Amino acid sequence: MSAVIDDHAQGHEHAHGPAKGLMRWVLTTNHKDIGTMYLWFSFIMFLLGGSFAMVIRAELFQPGLQIVEPAFFNQMTTMHGLIMVFGAVMPAFVGLANWMIPLMIGAPDMALPRMNNFSFWLLPAAFLLLVSTLFSPGGGPNFGWTFYAPLSTTYAPASVTFFIFAIHLMGISSIMGAINVIATILNLRAPGMTLMKMPLFVWTWLITAFLLIAVMPVLAGVVTMMLMDIHFGTSFFSAAGGGDPVLFQHVFWFFGHPEVYIMILPAFGAVSSIIPAFSRKPLFGYTSMVYATGAIAFLSFIVWAHHMFVVGIPVVGELFFMYATMLIAVPTGVKVFNWVSTMWEGSLTFETPMLFAIAFVILFTIGGFSGLMLAIAPADFQYHDTYFVVAHFHYVLVPGAIFGIFASAYYWLPKWTGHMYDETLGKLHFWLSFIGMNMAFFPMHFVGLAGMPRRIPDYNLQFADFNMVSSIGAFMFGATQIFFLFIVIKCIRGGAPAPAKPWDGAEGLEWSIPSPAPYHTFQTPPEVK
Amino acid sequence: MNGLSLKRLVLRLLMLTVVMFAFGFALVPIYDVMCKAFGINGKTGGQYEGSQVSDPTRSVRVQFMSTNASDMVWDFYSTADQLEVNPGAVNQMIFIAHNPTDRPMSAQAIPSITPAEAAAYFHKTECFCFTQQVLQPGERIEMPVRFIVDRDLPASVKHLTLAYTLFDITARHPPVAHVAAEDVQGAR
Repeated sequence: MSAVIDDHAQGHEHAHGPAKGLMRWVLTTNHKDIGTMYLWFSFIMFLLGGSFAMVIRAELFQPGLQIVEPAFFNQMTTMHGLIMVFGAVMPAFVGLANWMIPLMIGAPDMALPRMNNFSFWLLPAAFLLLVSTLFSPGGGPNFGWTFYAPLSTTYAPASVTFFIFAIHLMGISSIMGAINVIATILNLRAPGMTLMKMPLFVWTWLITAFLLIAVMPVLAGVVTMMLMDIHFGTSFFSAAGGGDPVLFQHVFWFFGHPEVYIMILPAFGAVSSIIPAFSRKPLFGYTSMVYATGAIAFLSFIVWAHHMFVVGIPVVGELFFMYATMLIAVPTGVKVFNWVSTMWEGSLTFETPMLFAIAFVILFTIGGFSGLMLAIAPADFQYHDTYFVVAHFHYVLVPGAIFGIFASAYYWLPKWTGHMYDETLGKLHFWLSFIGMNMAFFPMHFVGLAGMPRRIPDYNLQFADFNMVSSIGAFMFGATQIFFLFIVIKCIRGGAPAPAKPWDGAEGLEWSIPSPAPYHTFQTPPEVK
Repeated sequence: MNGLSLKRLVLRLLMLTVVMFAFGFALVPIYDVMCKAFGINGKTGGQYEGSQVSDPTRSVRVQFMSTNASDMVWDFYSTADQLEVNPGAVNQMIFIAHNPTDRPMSAQAIPSITPAEAAAYFHKTECFCFTQQVLQPGERIEMPVRFIVDRDLPASVKHLTLAYTLFDITARHPPVAHVAAEDVQGAR
C-alpha cells in the first residue's frame, strides 16, 4: 500500500509529460502544444488559401474565360484574401508567440492557459464556417476580402451571414490571444528581464497585441452593423434609409490599416533576432527599434483614408492622409537601416533563416516603396484598384510577413523538434520561393501601371505575356510550399541532433534550455543579468 | 513583479475591448457630424429656416439630376435641367414622380451636392427629401424643392449640381401599414 502512495507522490513531483492520444491536443493548456497547433493550422490554411490563388492564376494564365465562372472567380479572390490574412498569417504569428514568448522572457507558460486553448479551438470552427459557404446555394463571399457595402449587404449572397459569424469568431479568438500575450509579457517576465531587455520579437508582439485589442472590436462592430443592415432593417450603410456606404469604408479601414501592421510587426521582431544571430553582432539600435515600432503602431491609426482617396474626400483630407502615410516611411526606414547596420562588418553566414531574413529586408523595402507611390494622393487616382495595388500588398505580405514566418520557422525548428533541418533542402526552398515569388508579383507592377484592374477574371490582350509569367511564378511558389511541408516533416522525424544553441551567434533565453524544448520549461524563473 | 495583478490587468484589457467595440459604433454619429460640420460628402443639411437678400450682381448655374437606385421602377425627373440663380434668392424646381406599377409603393429621395465644398452653402427651405413619398398605383405627383444658394458661396464655384437618388423603401416602410398607422392615430 505504502509503495503505491509513494509512487503517487512521486508522480506529482515529476513534471507532467504530455497526455496521450487525441485528448492531449483538445484539452491541452501547454503553450508549446498550442503553439504547435496554431502553426499547423496556419500552414493548412496557407495551403488552402494558396490553392485558391492557384485557381486565380490558372484563370489569368491567358486572356479570356477558360476555367472558372466569373462568379466563382470572385469567390476565389475573396476567400484567398480572407484565409491568408485571418487564417494563415495571423495564426502563424500567434503560434510563434505561444511557442517563443514564454521561452524568451523566462515564463513557465502563457498567463491564461485555458483561454489560450479556447482561442485556438475557435479558429477551426470559424474557418469551417467560412469555407462551408463555398458549398452553399448562391456561393460563398464574392465581394473581395475588404467586403465593401453595399456589395456585402444589399448585393451579397445569402451566405454572408455565415461569413459575418466567422469573422466574429476569428475576432474573439484574436482578442483573447492578444490579451493573453499582453498579460504574459507584463506579468510573467523572469526577474531582471526589464522591458528594455526583452527581445524585439516580444516587444513587437506586445505592440501588435495592443493593436489587435484596439481594432479587432471595430471589425466586429462593422460586421455587426452589416448583420443589422441585412437582417434587422437598420440603414448604417444604406443610403435609402439615411446611411452611407462610404461610412463602411471609413470604419473598415480604421480596422484595416492597423491590421496591416498586425501582420508585419511580429515579422519585424523575428527578423531583428535572426539578423544579429547570423551577423554575430548585437542588433544595431535596439532602443530606436522599440520606439520605431511604437511610432508605426501609432501612425497606423491616422492613415486609414489613404485606402479611399477616390471616394471624394476634401483636398485637405487627402493632403493630411497623404503626408501622415508618408511619415510612416520614417520609422520604417529606421528599422531597415538598423538591420543593414547590424549586418555591416558582421561575420555573416547564410543559413536558411538568414537568407529569408535578408530577402525580407530587401523585398519588404520594395513593397514599402510601392506603398509610398500609392500614398501620393494624385497618383493614387491612377493606381487605385489596379494590379499595382495587388503587387504592392503582395510584396509586403509574401516576402514580408510570410518570409518572416519562414525565417522564424527555420530559426527555431531545431529548438522545437530537437533536430537540425536539412540545410541543402532549406536553401533550395528559399531560392525556389524567392524566384517564384518575384516572378509572380513583379510583373504585376507593370500590368497595374498599364491599367489592368484587380479582381477581374479576364483582361486585355496587351497584358497577356506578363500575366503568363505571373502565373508560372505563382505555380512555382505554390508547389515549393509543399516542399516546405516535406522539409518540416523530415526535420520532425529525424536529422542531426540539435544542440541547445544551434546558432553560434544567437542570443536569448530560449537557447539556454535543451533542444527539443522540454514539455515544461522555466518552472523556476531564470536569473537575467 | 509588476504593479497590476493579473486579474486587474485582464479586466482592463477586456474593458478596452468593450470600449473599442463601442467606438466602432460611435464612428457612425461622428462621421455624420464631421460630414455636416465640414460639408463633405455632398451631404446637405435639414430644413433651412433663415432668409437672405438676393445678390443680383452674381449668378450661379444650378443643374438638377434625378437618378433611380437599382430596382426602382418609378419615373422620376425634374421639370427643367438647370436654373440660373442669384445667391440669396429663393428658387423653386418641381420634380415629378410617377408610380407605373399596380401596387402602392413608398420611396425616399437622397440629395447630394457637387462640388462637395458647396454643400454647406446650399440651403433647402422645402424639399420632398425631408419626407417619404407614398404613391398609389398609377399616381403621379409634383414635388417641389425650394432652395437658397448662400451669398457666402466661394467665388470659385460658378456651377453646382443637385443630384437626387430615389430609393424604393416599400419593403422597409410598407405604404399600406403606413396608412393604417395614420388611421389608428386619427382614431385616437
